[in-house]
Amino acid sequence: MTAPPSTPPEEPTALESLSVESATIVSQAGVWQRVRRNTSVRIGGLILLMLVLVALAAPWLGTVDPSLFDPVSRDLLPGATGEITTLDGDTLEHRFIMGSDSFGRDVYSRVIYGTRVSLIVGIATALVAVAFGVLLGLLAGFIRWLDGPLMRFMDGLMAIPAILIAIALVAMWRGTLTTVIVAIAIPEIPRVTRLVRSMVLTIREEPYVEAAVSMGTPTPLIMWRHILPNTVAPLIVQGTFICASGILVEAILSFLGVGLPPDVPTWGNVMAEGRVQFIQYPHNIFFPGVFLAVTVLAVNILGDGLRDTLDPKMARRG
Amino acid sequence: MLQFLSRRLLSTIPVLLIVAVLVFLVLRLTPGDPAAVLAGDAASTEQIAQIRKSLGLDKSVPEQFLIWFGRMLTGDLGESYYYKTEVTTLIGQRLEPTLSLALITITIAVLVAVPLGVMAAWRFGSWLDRALMSFSVLGFSIPVFVLAYMLIWLVSLKLGWLPVQGYKPIAEGVGAWLYQLILPSITLSVIYIALIARVTRASVLDTLGEDYIRTARAKGLPEAKVLMRHALANAAVPIITVIGIGIALLIGGVVVTESVYAIPGLGRLTVDAVLARDFPTIQGVILFFSVVYVLINLLVDLSYVFFDPRIRY
Repeated sequence: MTAPPSTPPEEPTALESLSVESATIVSQAGVWQRVRRNTSVRIGGLILLMLVLVALAAPWLGTVDPSLFDPVSRDLLPGATGEITTLDGDTLEHRFIMGSDSFGRDVYSRVIYGTRVSLIVGIATALVAVAFGVLLGLLAGFIRWLDGPLMRFMDGLMAIPAILIAIALVAMWRGTLTTVIVAIAIPEIPRVTRLVRSMVLTIREEPYVEAAVSMGTPTPLIMWRHILPNTVAPLIVQGTFICASGILVEAILSFLGVGLPPDVPTWGNVMAEGRVQFIQYPHNIFFPGVFLAVTVLAVNILGDGLRDTLDPKMARRG
Repeated sequence: MLQFLSRRLLSTIPVLLIVAVLVFLVLRLTPGDPAAVLAGDAASTEQIAQIRKSLGLDKSVPEQFLIWFGRMLTGDLGESYYYKTEVTTLIGQRLEPTLSLALITITIAVLVAVPLGVMAAWRFGSWLDRALMSFSVLGFSIPVFVLAYMLIWLVSLKLGWLPVQGYKPIAEGVGAWLYQLILPSITLSVIYIALIARVTRASVLDTLGEDYIRTARAKGLPEAKVLMRHALANAAVPIITVIGIGIALLIGGVVVTESVYAIPGLGRLTVDAVLARDFPTIQGVILFFSVVYVLINLLVDLSYVFFDPRIRY
């Protein structure tokens, strides 16, 4: 962001009215402070931080290898003690906190390791969608002849329901982490492109951009220095919501059996495995379902908080 | 009006054309030879080549597209590799459950969400407003299938009020049909309620600040009339718009809901076709859903004239 005539952060109303006019006026320190003070950001961020820690510390949280199974320990109820065979052939006594599935795998370990997959997919989806959206949005906003065709193409892409695109792409490419991420990101790209393009078209008319153009500043430099900084706040907000929907769609794909291979520990896969025996053993659906819902909820709450603080213009639209 | 109508109709053509190209390309430019899938493991190279030829897969991609597109315009979506029937017939057979599910869901969603949204805006900042806003974030975050299983567990297994799974055609009686569909529809309507209630609240909140609301109140109009006749009526356009946009969410939800509740509709067909790598069916279903989505949003645009007489095209 460009040099800020700093407004005292004690006057949130003045701050907000200013930031509606132009995002550049608010100082970075002021924005950061507002973000940190927001209750939604705190709650959502805290839950997410805990989930990140769980994902990182998965091997030390009393888990076993999530792919280990033992036929003797099939369909155990939560809290039951059973045995599990390691890859070396040793049989260990193990307490199945969340029970076991119909192969005798530890649901707790699979759910804890599943946190990794969900977080990676969510964050990577957001990054991929935002990266391509920014690139295409800048191109559409700056290159006149490209604008029409590119945006019509995006209209077409938006007309196909997102889940259908993701399902079709993953099914055709076969589910790997990369294909799942790309397939979920593609239907999100048009929205980011539209956002960036509309911002480019607005900011391009600002006097400081006109001044830069008249001074002969090359277009890429104008994009980098004057346009992009203005798009950061709305893109963070948008990216958070894409992350939430990415986590959801990945779980849906796995659940339907078209996502990552069934042996990969993902929440959707645990639920897909448990659905046949749902009536007798609801825990296989219940535990991963709660983790999934809480994660998506945390990301959405964080997104709401970020939107309220970073992007008041958008917040007013409800 | 006529001019607008024709312009709006024409503007959907490029969108639909791009949808067609995308649907075709996505499924044709992917690894995996449908002819080999179709022929099975025991087939010889000659047999596979024979099947390729009969499917037209030996032609160039643009040629294939033109042939496919031409047939599609005449309503011929090809024959399913897996079910060995016309895709259009297949879609026709599966339409009733999906359409029923969607209509009941939209009805529930609108009947619940609009009054809630109006109330929340009317009592802005109250506990009701806050509860509704929290519910709407929750509604966006709970995955449809998790909610589905929670409801099955509670309503069907513990309370025994409604059936766990399955579908009864409307021909077997409206009662049985509704009895089977009520739980799936409630499940599916939650995210839709969250969406519509949020927009209704924001939109009504905007109109409640207008001068004519103060005038209406000043002349002694009952509050209910102020809310319905003046506030809601003027807030209708964004609400109708979000109902149209929400159809995309609904279609995604249908795919999942039908799988959980074992409803033999288009969503279930999509998943089965994908698992069987049944290209013509996947193409047909995605195309069908997308065209429906585009047409509904066209209708939504046109309905603005009805909901807001100030709009003249």
